[in-house]
Amino acid sequence: MEADRYHRALAELLMQLADDDLVVATRAGEWLGLAPHLEEDVAFSSIAQDEMGHAATYFGLLAAVQGGDRDDLAHLRPAMARRNSVMLERPNGPGTYREAPHFDWAYALARHFLYDMLERVRLDRVVQSAHRPLADAAAKIRREERYHTQHHAMWLRDIARSGPQYAGRLQLALDRAAADAADLASAGPMAVEMEALGLLPDASHLADDWRAHVVLALDPLGWSLPPLGGALNGRHGEHTQDLTRMLRDLGEVYRSSPGASW
Amino acid sequence: MNPDGEARTQEFLERLDGGHLVEADDWMPDAYRAELVRLIRLHAVSEIMGTLPEKEWVPRAPTLYRKLALMAKVQDEAGHGQLLIRVAEDLMAPRGENREHIMEDLFAGRQKFHNVFHLPVPTWADAGLIGWLVDGAAIITQGMLLGGSYAPYTRALRRIVEEEAFHIQHGESICMALAEGTAGQRAMFQEALTRWWPALMMFFGPPEDGAALSHQAATLRFRIRSKTNEELRQRYLSKYVPRIRSLGFIIPDPTLQQDPDTKAWTYQQPDWQQWRAIIANHGPRSAARLNLRRTSYAEGQWVRDVMAATRKAV
Repeated sequence: MEADRYHRALAELLMQLADDDLVVATRAGEWLGLAPHLEEDVAFSSIAQDEMGHAATYFGLLAAVQGGDRDDLAHLRPAMARRNSVMLERPNGPGTYREAPHFDWAYALARHFLYDMLERVRLDRVVQSAHRPLADAAAKIRREERYHTQHHAMWLRDIARSGPQYAGRLQLALDRAAADAADLASAGPMAVEMEALGLLPDASHLADDWRAHVVLALDPLGWSLPPLGGALNGRHGEHTQDLTRMLRDLGEVYRSSPGASW
Repeated sequence: MNPDGEARTQEFLERLDGGHLVEADDWMPDAYRAELVRLIRLHAVSEIMGTLPEKEWVPRAPTLYRKLALMAKVQDEAGHGQLLIRVAEDLMAPRGENREHIMEDLFAGRQKFHNVFHLPVPTWADAGLIGWLVDGAAIITQGMLLGGSYAPYTRALRRIVEEEAFHIQHGESICMALAEGTAGQRAMFQEALTRWWPALMMFFGPPEDGAALSHQAATLRFRIRSKTNEELRQRYLSKYVPRIRSLGFIIPDPTLQQDPDTKAWTYQQPDWQQWRAIIANHGPRSAARLNLRRTSYAEGQWVRDVMAATRKAV
């Protein structure tokens, strides 16, 4: 019974980590070739690749824990089995990435910044996880994440210094991102177990820590963290049609020939 | 041109013949600069526009590994665009022009890009084929340009060619998985090959009896390039036709054959009128991709304004 509880809590945690990174990497990857500046295209793509690589690591750990194949776990699970935060599944803007997208760079930055802050406080805990393979992987991942934080901090600073018309644009983007972020810093329905079993130490203070980090970064630049909203809770498997559409794309080829090697 | 200029040009050409390499700040004849700008702009913009067909397949790439590899590949193309556009900017500087002029010319239809990037990429096999057979064609051209007379371009090319070698491995690996896969996977690749073959034959441009002779002759004389379009195409056919056939795929050209003595390939000429139309932005995806680039460029203007206001070197 205790082993079962441990196993379920660990799988929940790994799904949150893997699904968050897969979805954020996919949205970041949609910017390929379309970022506002060539140099930024290259930099943002590196971030997308890091996140996708982290997703692959977490799906590998999940596959090791519950059996199966990491690509099956990434490509075949339906939306209601996904545990990512709703904020991360939202599109980059109106239109689709293939036909006439109108992507919003301010929104991409705001969202990624909020997510970076979560990764920071969450990874600080995961490196101490009782599940040793996860703790070891997280230590490596945390080193890469430091660059993402620096990258987004630089953008925030530059935008803040550029004048009110630009700063206002970013505040609007923060408002939009926060409107879906109620579930972001939540460890989900098994948070208590994760903490008690040492899988995610101090899970109960995750949201407070996240908020403190966000406010600490935004406040000196003149921005505030808007009220968090969102009727759906991704940690419970509740998602928007945006995720359903994304999953259709993610698995389109993989599903077309089950069992084939690609 | 005045007699002094003519003598200077003559001397410049003699130095090129002696193997001298030109740097950005060296004196060069206007015609030399013009040919370089034309060639490097075409290369740079082709890399930049070349990100768009493949990025369509990043989310749909079948596995996490393929998603990652394709992202890395498309990022390389953007990086090549960045590298080349800087080389072009140095050459354009005396005319007071920079990358913004290149983008404006692209949007206004005055800047061409390679025929292959005007085409649709309807299946995963098309995405793999681009990596293997389109990049394979590009590396043949670029490998030849490595020996060119303009040092900043050849330095950029050295890095590009090195990365392209990885792209070919990436593309080949996708295509091999399909070739060794299910009947459906093999059919997907065969269809992609049938679709792309004429475009691959067009890639190197018309043979020497075609209309594009003047730039080719000038770049040969300036030792910017060392081989003709047809020589490159022959080399490409020698390298890839046996590979494709050994996998059991059918190249959609019944006339394609190699002379056993001269080793020269005969092949069906693609429709060069169609090629001209495609690179004049009348290809099936020309308008959509230009719109994509135009929209994202316009909507990103405020970000470039932020960069201009806050960063010294961008």
